[in-house]
Amino acid sequence: MKASTLFSITMAALLLAPPAARAAAAKPAGKAAPTAAAKPAPAASALSAVQGLAADDMPYDAGSEVLISWKAMPYDAPAVKYTVHLSSISRDGPWAQGAVFPSDTKYRADIDLPFWAWKKTKDRHAVALNLETAFGVDDEVGKKRLRGSVIYAKVVASDGTSEAASPAVSALATSDWFSLPKLNNFVFTLLFCCIVLWFISNARKKDLFMRRIPGLDAVEDAIGRATEMGRPIYFLTGRLDIDSISTIASSLILGEIAKRIAQYDTQLKVPHTYAMTMAVCQEITKQAYSEAGRPDAYREDINFFITEDQFAYTAAVNGMMVREKPAACFYMGYYYAESLLLTEVGASVGAIQIAGSDAEHQLPFFFITCDYTLIGEELYAAGAYLSRDPVLVGTLRGQDTGKAFVMLAIFAGVILATCGVLFGFEHGVQTFLEVFKSY
Amino acid sequence: MVFAKKTLPLIVCFVMGTLVAIQYYVPHRLSQSFIEELSHWEIIIAAFAFFLGLVSVMQVHIGKLRRRPPGWGFSLFLFAGIIIGVATGFISRGKQISETGAMTPFGWMYNNMLNPLQGTMFCLLGFYIVSAAYRAFKVRSKEAAVLLMVAVLFIFARVPLGQYLWESVWGSTLPWQLHQIVEWIMNTPAKAAGRGILIGVSLGAVATSVKIIAGIERQYMGGKD
Repeated sequence: MKASTLFSITMAALLLAPPAARAAAAKPAGKAAPTAAAKPAPAASALSAVQGLAADDMPYDAGSEVLISWKAMPYDAPAVKYTVHLSSISRDGPWAQGAVFPSDTKYRADIDLPFWAWKKTKDRHAVALNLETAFGVDDEVGKKRLRGSVIYAKVVASDGTSEAASPAVSALATSDWFSLPKLNNFVFTLLFCCIVLWFISNARKKDLFMRRIPGLDAVEDAIGRATEMGRPIYFLTGRLDIDSISTIASSLILGEIAKRIAQYDTQLKVPHTYAMTMAVCQEITKQAYSEAGRPDAYREDINFFITEDQFAYTAAVNGMMVREKPAACFYMGYYYAESLLLTEVGASVGAIQIAGSDAEHQLPFFFITCDYTLIGEELYAAGAYLSRDPVLVGTLRGQDTGKAFVMLAIFAGVILATCGVLFGFEHGVQTFLEVFKSY
Repeated sequence: MVFAKKTLPLIVCFVMGTLVAIQYYVPHRLSQSFIEELSHWEIIIAAFAFFLGLVSVMQVHIGKLRRRPPGWGFSLFLFAGIIIGVATGFISRGKQISETGAMTPFGWMYNNMLNPLQGTMFCLLGFYIVSAAYRAFKVRSKEAAVLLMVAVLFIFARVPLGQYLWESVWGSTLPWQLHQIVEWIMNTPAKAAGRGILIGVSLGAVATSVKIIAGIERQYMGGKD
């Protein structure tokens, strides 16, 4: 091929090629071409040690992390990597590798903390390193040694061919006394507690309206039915121990139901899966019988322990149901796979069944097998509903106010987020929504 | 006496309840140690409470053996189980595999008796789901009709035959595939309902906790007076 023809082809190709390729081709031979047209090439600014390197205690933690930060460098690009090294011995090492990442990632803005606790900027890289993970420490002695140690850190920038290490800096990780990111949670909880307490104090002065809960209205019918049939009533407190709030709620319902059962002189059976729950329920039942004016009808074996094993407990209760054919069964509290095993057997023996659970994944099983189901927070409202104690009823109004606030917040959030997308202020909306985020 | 039985538990409940609630906002190491220490206390108390449970089991079943009501033989079986279980546990030193690598009697009982029995109970779920579904899917109301419709969609989406039939009937005439419809139901309306329940549960739990910590609800210790 002639030289002129070759020149023409090259020129034509250059004219048709994208601007980046044209620029690369225009460079004198022997010089590195840039990898991206928009981004300045790493080669254009040679690697140097990172500037403004600082090691600090990571705020709002238990003293298990250090925060390493430095200025964004002109050579930041995907091909250049930062390696953060840590040492707990001396400024000269030995070094443990804390993190490796491309130099155009991990800025202060990328740390998931809210705007009131953290300044989100893109002008500094920042990485929070867990000391136990970085040094591979998993024993108590090692953890204790790390706790009071000064931690040294250095950052090495590397593009695969050359490296630039920074001088070492030091920090001391300390424990903090308040988690500022959780301030929103703290304020909302405090506000909600105040609302509940205000309604409780207000309930003493005037009657509060209470919406009907059909499942709890049916309690009288269930007890009446058992009395007429001369069959026992079963009350189950769930699969969790007394340290669970749903078990506490179910034991409070037991107290109210036991009062009515004592008045009707019907047989009550409360099989337990935890001895501690049994002990608490024994006290509650005894008091309920006493308040109903029937302390003589109380028997110690109303509450009895079976076993902590899930399916052994289920088999035992199912066996008793089949043999004794209870007229009514109450399933209150938290349940797992045994929910359907219990309620289906209850349905097969013809018992009227009332369930109340905050285990949302078991609620469908209760819906299809039980006559009435208390959904979620109705379990917590049941004690107040049955007792009609004005003080307890006040909490229901507090709960409803809390729910109204959440509904309003969701509604406002949906409108804001939609407007943010439509009118291009998404960033502002995201910042505002941090107020409702959990940290 | 009233102080020890009523006032002291209320003070303990208020102090500990408040400290545990505050602990959530305090990341300090002391705060973490405090909660760890509390969990140790709970384990110790639960271990003591287990003896209460054992006494309860004994009382119920010894009573049955004395009175001999129908089904008293099960109580005999329970005592045999307890004695054999405890004896093999002691012989095997609580281990399922011995130092030589052989299965201990305790391990044999666990693997060949307890595990299959638990599996059997769990397997009953399959049959119970069918019988419960049969009752639930009787179209007696609009809600039951919706339940049935969604259930049929889910069943079809979860089995290859259902997907095959869907494609044979609709082909590519519909803009969505069956699995996409089911995923949408799971991720949008079902998840929204689940979250609604969860929000209510959380508020209810906080309100109940406030009542107990403030001493407004005292039924758990046997009443108000």
